[in-house]
Amino acid sequence: MFRLWKIFSKGLIMENPIFVLALSLCPALAVTTTVVNALTMGLSVMFVLSANNVVVSLTRKLVNHKVRVPIYITSIATIVTLVQLLLQAYAPLLYKDLGIYLSLIVVFAIILARAEVFASKNSVVPSFFDGFGMGCGFTLAMLIIGTIRELVGNGTILGYNILGHAYQPALIMILPPGAFLLIGYLVGASKLFNQYLEKRQKARGEVV
Amino acid sequence: MNDYLLLFIGAVIVNNFVLTRFLGLCIFFGVSKNLKASVGMGMAVTSVIFISSIFAYGVYNFILVPLHVTFLTTIVFVLLIASFVQLLEMVIRRYLPALYKMWGIYLLLIATNCVVLAVPLINIESNFSFAKSLVNALGSGVGFAVAIILMASLREKLRLAEVPKPLEGLGIAFIVAGFLSLSFFGFSGMIK
Repeated sequence: MFRLWKIFSKGLIMENPIFVLALSLCPALAVTTTVVNALTMGLSVMFVLSANNVVVSLTRKLVNHKVRVPIYITSIATIVTLVQLLLQAYAPLLYKDLGIYLSLIVVFAIILARAEVFASKNSVVPSFFDGFGMGCGFTLAMLIIGTIRELVGNGTILGYNILGHAYQPALIMILPPGAFLLIGYLVGASKLFNQYLEKRQKARGEVV
Repeated sequence: MNDYLLLFIGAVIVNNFVLTRFLGLCIFFGVSKNLKASVGMGMAVTSVIFISSIFAYGVYNFILVPLHVTFLTTIVFVLLIASFVQLLEMVIRRYLPALYKMWGIYLLLIATNCVVLAVPLINIESNFSFAKSLVNALGSGVGFAVAIILMASLREKLRLAEVPKPLEGLGIAFIVAGFLSLSFFGFSGMIK
C-alpha cells in the first residue's frame, strides 16, 4: 500500500511532469487561458496516461522489444481518439476550444516516456498508479497555471468575477507572451520548493 | 498570388508556430542552446513538415474521406509521419552520409513531434487546397526555423549574463521566449 502511494505521489511534486521534468509543455501554455480548458485538458491527459499504462503493462510480455514504440504510439492514438469522440459528443464547445491540442496528446512526450520507463517493466496495478499520479501532477500544474492566468488576465475564476469590476485585467496573461513568462517563473519557483524539500529531508535524515 | 503571400507571411510571423501557437516547444528549448544545431534543426523540421504535408493531404483526401473513416485521422497521421521519417532517415543514411552526419539525430527527434503532426492537422481543419497546404507547411517550417535561430542567438548571449540561481537554465529560457513572443506580437493585426 505504502509502495503504491509512493508511486502515485512522486508524479505530484518531486517529478511533476510540467515543472520538473519539463515534458509536454505545449498544452501547458496553449490551453491554459481559462480554468475550464486547463481542467479538461488535464483530465483528458490523466485518462490517456492511466489507460495507456494499463494497456502497455498488460501486453508487456507479448510485445517484441524492437517494435515497441510503434505499438505504444498506436495504443496511445487509439485512446486519444476515444477521448476525442467522447468530448465531441458530450462537450462540443470544449472540444472546439481545445481544438488541435487534443489530437496532439498523441505525441506528448510524457505519455510515451511513462510507457517506456515504467509500464513496460511493471505489473498492472503499479503501472496504473504511476500513470494516475503523473496525470494528477499534470492536472495540478495545468490548474495552477490556468487559475493564475484567468485570474490575472481576466479577473475571473471559472467565469465568476473574483477581483471586482474596478480591477483592470492584465490582458497579457491571456495572450501567448504571458504564458511563457508565467511558466518561466513557475519553473524557478518549483526548483526552489524542491530544493527546500530536499534540504529538509537531509536535515531530518541526519537527526535520525 | 496575393492570397498565398499573405498566408505565407501569416504562418511565418503572425501565427508563428513556436511563439504564438506553442508547438514544438520541446525541440525549441532542447536544441536552442547551440546556434549551429538550431540552424540544422530548423532546416530538418521545414523539410519534414513540407513532405509530410504532401503525404497527409493525399492520404486524407484519397483514402480517409472516400472510406468515411475521418475519425481515424489522428492515428493514421501519427503512424504515417513516424514511418515516413524513419524511412527518410534510412535513405539519407544510405545515400547521403554527409547530410546524415549533420541532420541524422534531429530526424529521429522529429519523428514523433507535435510540429510535424500539427501542420497536416491544421491544413485539414482549415480546409486548405493542395497549393495552400504546401504554402502553409513551408511558412510554418520557416517560422519555426526563424524562432529557433533567434532564440539560440539570444541564449548564446545569455550565457554571459548573471541569472538568479533558481531561474538558471529552463526558467530564464522561458522568460526570454516570453519577450521574444511579445515582440512578435507587434505583428499581430497585420494580417487577419
